[in-house]
This record gives sequence, C-alpha cells and structure tokens, in this order.
Amino acid sequence: MTGHDHEHEHAHTPIASGDEPAAAARVRALEELLVEKGAIRVEDVRQRIDWLVSRSPADGARLVARAWIDPEFKERLLADARSAALELGLDPGPSPVVVALENTATVHHLVVCTLCSCYPKALLGPPPDWYKSLPYRSRAVSDPRGVLAEFGVALADDVELRVVDSTADIRYLVIPRRPAGTEALDEEELSALVTRDSMIGVAHASRVETMSPPAYPPFSS
Amino acid sequence: MDPAVHDRGGWPIDAPIDRSEHELADWELLADALVGALLRRRLMNVDELRRGIESMPPEDYEHASYYERWLHSMETILTEKGVLEPGEVDRRLAT
Repeated sequence: MTGHDHEHEHAHTPIASGDEPAAAARVRALEELLVEKGAIRVEDVRQRIDWLVSRSPADGARLVARAWIDPEFKERLLADARSAALELGLDPGPSPVVVALENTATVHHLVVCTLCSCYPKALLGPPPDWYKSLPYRSRAVSDPRGVLAEFGVALADDVELRVVDSTADIRYLVIPRRPAGTEALDEEELSALVTRDSMIGVAHASRVETMSPPAYPPFSS
Repeated sequence: MDPAVHDRGGWPIDAPIDRSEHELADWELLADALVGALLRRRLMNVDELRRGIESMPPEDYEHASYYERWLHSMETILTEKGVLEPGEVDRRLAT
C-alpha cells in the first residue's frame, strides 16, 4: 500500500508549488479568509510568529544552570517550575503546570508526548521533528532504553528510567546531571552545556571540552 | 479494542527515529500562529485542536506532516462552528 491510493478530500487542490507542499498555499488561503471575516487579527498572527521564533532552549538552560549552582533555587524549581521561571524573568508559557524533573545517579527521566506533541515550547523553543514523530512517540514507551541508545545514551542497568507522558496541561522539563569537572564554571558557562536534548532526557548535558590531549592508558605488552 | 490512530504510546513499531533537524517553514509558523490567534479570540481551544487532529481518517493521519494535521483540524473545527462554509478554502484556492 502506498498510502496515496485513497480518495483524498482535497485531491483537486494543487499538489505543490515550488518546494512547498500544497498545505502551504492552503494555510495562506485560510489566513486570508479568517482575516477577511474578522475572525482573527493580523496583529495577533504576527505577534505569535514573533513569539515562536524568539523561543529557544537558552531559557530552559538558564533554569538548569541556576539550579546546579543554587540548591534552594533547585528546590523551588522542582516544587513549581512556572514560578521559578518567572523568578528569573522567563516566560513559562500558557501551560498551567510545568514540572521540572531531576536526573540523578540513580534516576533518569525521558519525556514524550504519546498523543501528540505537548512540550514546554516557551522554555525550549519549538519541539524537534523527532519528538513529534510516530516512532519516537511509540518507542519511548515500548523501548525507552533502546531509544536512549539510539541517541547515544547508554544507561546502566541499575539506573531507574522513568518515562513521563506530557499533556496539554502538564509539560515537563528535565534537569540533567551536572557534568563532572565543572566546579570552576560560572552560571553562563554552565548554561552553555545544557542542550535542548538534555532537557528532554535523550542526552546528558555536554561535557566540558578540555584543551589538554586525552590521557591514554600506559602501553602494556 | 485497538487504540485510536493518535494514541501511539507502545505501538509495535521498530522504525528508527529520524533525528534530522528541520527549521519550521514559513507556512508551518503561520499554521501555528493561526491556531494561536484563534485561541486568543476563543474561536477554538487546545482540546478542540486535538479532537480535530484525532478525527482525521487514520490513513491521512499517518501520512500527514505535523502542521498538515493542524491545518486539517482548523478547517474541521471552524467548519463545524460555521466560521467557514464547507468547501470555502477550496473555492478560495481555485480563484
């Protein structure tokens, strides 16, 4: 089955123009109609686009870096991530509840939205495509260790893996473990180690690049 | 009972995860923003957005990209509510 052999309800619309799918022209036509009808305002649309493109994982990384250096802030972040974000002047987004989950030596969290794509967009930017993909949404539940391995994270057998399923009302942000050897770094340097993927739980925070050559074990014959 | 098409948790699938990054195209940002504008005017809410996505014919759901699903949902919900007339977007595209 090709998947394209069924009666499609929009079969009479152009397939695509240039590099864009047919949906592109369709979305623009929909905007035009809704504005003409007075259903929506162009300013609201522009504002929302500006907001979307201004969101990035840097905000989430600031939360994590502060939590790494300030245990009391970490407690507040774990208790109520919305308030903690507001405390740093960050926009936690419209979601009523944002929950921060701490990875430790014994517990690792992995975030998925099995039903769709719920994600703390305000703090992490738009979700990556793979987060919204059918394989990730399925396998994060049925084979989470396999998924982590695919992302390059080998989790020891004795580490408990907790998979959390986001909803429109509760969104999750992972606090990755602070990498070893980062005691001398300041908050800004630390936040540069906190990647988007580490806050979804598919990666660890980045390691600090060392300038010295790697140490090899002594040659033995 | 089999789960509905959107209820993917634990589905038997061994396909690898395509980890390639992709920046949102203009039309995808616009689709997202249209939903935002509709939410603001209370012409739609997030639960309706999801219902519109989840009511897609399973085969269309499987093959649609993410924002194609959003587009389908907006058209479905707004037509239900009488904000759009049936076929109105098609007629606009034909002009």
